[in-house]
Amino acid sequence: MDSVSLIHVILFLPLLGAAINGLLGLFLPSWRDREGLIGLIGTAMVALPFLAFVVLFLGYDGTAVVTRLFTWMAAGDLTVDFAYRIDELSLLMGLVVTGVGSLIHVYSIGYMHGDDGFWRFFAYLNLFIFMMLNLILGDNLVVLFLGWEGVGLCSYLLIGFWYKNLANSAAANKAFIMNRIGDFAYLVAMFILFREVGSLDVSSLIAGGESMDPTMLSVAVFLLFMGATGKSAQIPLFTWLPDAMAGPTPVSALIHAATMVTSGLYLLARLSPLVLLAPGVMTLIAIVGATTALVAATIAITQNDIKKVLAYSTVSQLGYMFVATGVGAFYVAIFHVMTHAFFKGCLFLGSGSVIHGMHHVEHELEHDGHGHKLDPQDMRTMGGLKQFMPATRMTFLISTLAIAGIPLLSGFFSKDEILFKAFEAASFGFPAAWFVWGVGVATALLTAIYMIRAYVLTFEGAPRWPHADRLHPHESPASMTVPLWVLAGLSVVGGFLGIPAIIAHGDLNWIHHWLAGEHGPVAERVFDGHIALALEWALVALGSGIAVVGVILGWRWYTRQGLSFDDALQARFGGLWRLFQGKYFVDEAYEKAVVRPVIGGARYVFAPFDKYIVDGLVNGVAFLTRALSFMLKYLQTGLVPSYAAGIVFGVVLIVWLMLF
Amino acid sequence: MDITLNWYLYLSAILFTMGVIGFLFRRDVIVMLMSIELMLNAVNITLVALSQAMGNPSGQILVFFVMAVAAAEAAIGLALVIAAFRGKLTIDVTEFNLFKY
Repeated sequence: MDSVSLIHVILFLPLLGAAINGLLGLFLPSWRDREGLIGLIGTAMVALPFLAFVVLFLGYDGTAVVTRLFTWMAAGDLTVDFAYRIDELSLLMGLVVTGVGSLIHVYSIGYMHGDDGFWRFFAYLNLFIFMMLNLILGDNLVVLFLGWEGVGLCSYLLIGFWYKNLANSAAANKAFIMNRIGDFAYLVAMFILFREVGSLDVSSLIAGGESMDPTMLSVAVFLLFMGATGKSAQIPLFTWLPDAMAGPTPVSALIHAATMVTSGLYLLARLSPLVLLAPGVMTLIAIVGATTALVAATIAITQNDIKKVLAYSTVSQLGYMFVATGVGAFYVAIFHVMTHAFFKGCLFLGSGSVIHGMHHVEHELEHDGHGHKLDPQDMRTMGGLKQFMPATRMTFLISTLAIAGIPLLSGFFSKDEILFKAFEAASFGFPAAWFVWGVGVATALLTAIYMIRAYVLTFEGAPRWPHADRLHPHESPASMTVPLWVLAGLSVVGGFLGIPAIIAHGDLNWIHHWLAGEHGPVAERVFDGHIALALEWALVALGSGIAVVGVILGWRWYTRQGLSFDDALQARFGGLWRLFQGKYFVDEAYEKAVVRPVIGGARYVFAPFDKYIVDGLVNGVAFLTRALSFMLKYLQTGLVPSYAAGIVFGVVLIVWLMLF
Repeated sequence: MDITLNWYLYLSAILFTMGVIGFLFRRDVIVMLMSIELMLNAVNITLVALSQAMGNPSGQILVFFVMAVAAAEAAIGLALVIAAFRGKLTIDVTEFNLFKY
């Protein structure tokens, strides 16, 4: 097949899958019970596009292919086509999204087994993949925006998947509304870019960036970054992502770790030549990213819900990616997007497997009827799971070490590259990057500690749930462990795509050549000098050392003291700990600064305005009419003959006037 | 004695006036409907007579439309009368004044 029909396959199969499972499930109740068929269709509709991406990838000859399906809208100077672009960046992202997506679909067959909404879940997942592919492949900002909104919608639907629990619906609303704030900025950025450049195609925008008014360009890039902070959960719009963990765990893995939350970085990488023209905004991006990374990492240390730890870890890692973007190393951001998709996907799926196992214990306890309550996500009631769930434990350990940055695992390569790029920027004329680099290094240490804490509390030590001597969780079925192993394998080897410049001067850095090579779509900031080789080695040693130290410290603290070490920290750091545990009270601040004033304004300003001014106007018109018609109304007798007499009189009068 | 156009027009005028008077002064709804028929047919006579006198057949064609509309109007009118009678057990038009001020 040629590339154009492959693009059709890639785009329409997920949509078809969503339509089949969604419509048949909706109108044909018997369809809902056929889990095997639903899962098979849902998975195939993502796996086949993955194969198509592989074919495209292998046959890619270095020239971008743009396919125009049809014109979406044409008004005046604005013409928007459904145009899709295949180039190095979209191929790589497409491979990650459909590849990890297929694995998570397989996993969901096991995880969602027996759920009433099985069909609905797969329909939403397929719709999500379709929207994500629109976002990745779209050749203009409008199609990209369609996908951008679409993934937001699917995220909303899937966070609130178990909608009977009101808290889940509230989390879904929160995610949606916070995303809308970012989307608004994106929309305004599009308006500005269209006014300045006169087109919204990616290639025209990049070509027109040089001649744009620098101030307007900076404003547009800043607004795009605001959009990215919403979708990618950065300060100030990051609080929705931890709440989004209310959704089923495969959703957390797919949408809120591997794919959707990285779309902000994808957007900035896609428009990287424009972003490079706004160095002030880039500094801001780097600082926001670094701050987010640190803030989220400190919160993650204090959390007891296993998914919350991973959620804050995701926010923190996204912060790293924004650091890379901010120092002008867009390809490194995409590299970290990819490795993060592997290890964080694996971690989330592993936590899902743990929750699956703990659910079993919870059910047994309920069955016993001793009144024991168990939160299957709370790490305080876990421990010792390694003897019951060996596959989950091994994969979780591997990906924990990968995210901690243990040398030669994938996280090591991408995170070290980010820190190195920040260091490079700091050395060659961007002093703000020193702050960014320092915060990045500190966060790396925290990352290793909180991840090893999560691992130890979950899998090591003695079991802490009630009646642990006779109630055991079971290892999850193969449909869940096989994706875990695949992702764990990828987290081990994925980093070798980006071998750093210390070896062979970067000639082996495949991802750099692929994305930011001579014809690559991703630009990068070029510095005036080079870091000495010895210093580069020292930085690598520092990065590895920090990861190893963090892991060893965390391991010693938490295997020896377990939960009591948290109490020790709390006693030692008191107020700081409460600040971390309270998530910096950002939610409370927003509640006070935004939610309350809006509600108060609605109650005390807009409701009276509506009641007295708007309603008063309408009622006033009615009253005026009535007052003016106090005499005329007596003509309205309600009797047909009197009306008829009026008509006859009128006709006679008119005829009279016409004749004489 | 020739029957000229004016004769027809006089007949039509008389019939129409009878219809108007009947509609205005009778209280029985059915009689009022009959009065309307009378007016319509008066107009029909005018149309046919003038059409004949001027040698233009379109007036006669218009008569068919008037008759079709009159038939429809009679059917609906009678149905309304029956419906109204069921409610009030009378068809005295002065009893129906729901739209009074």
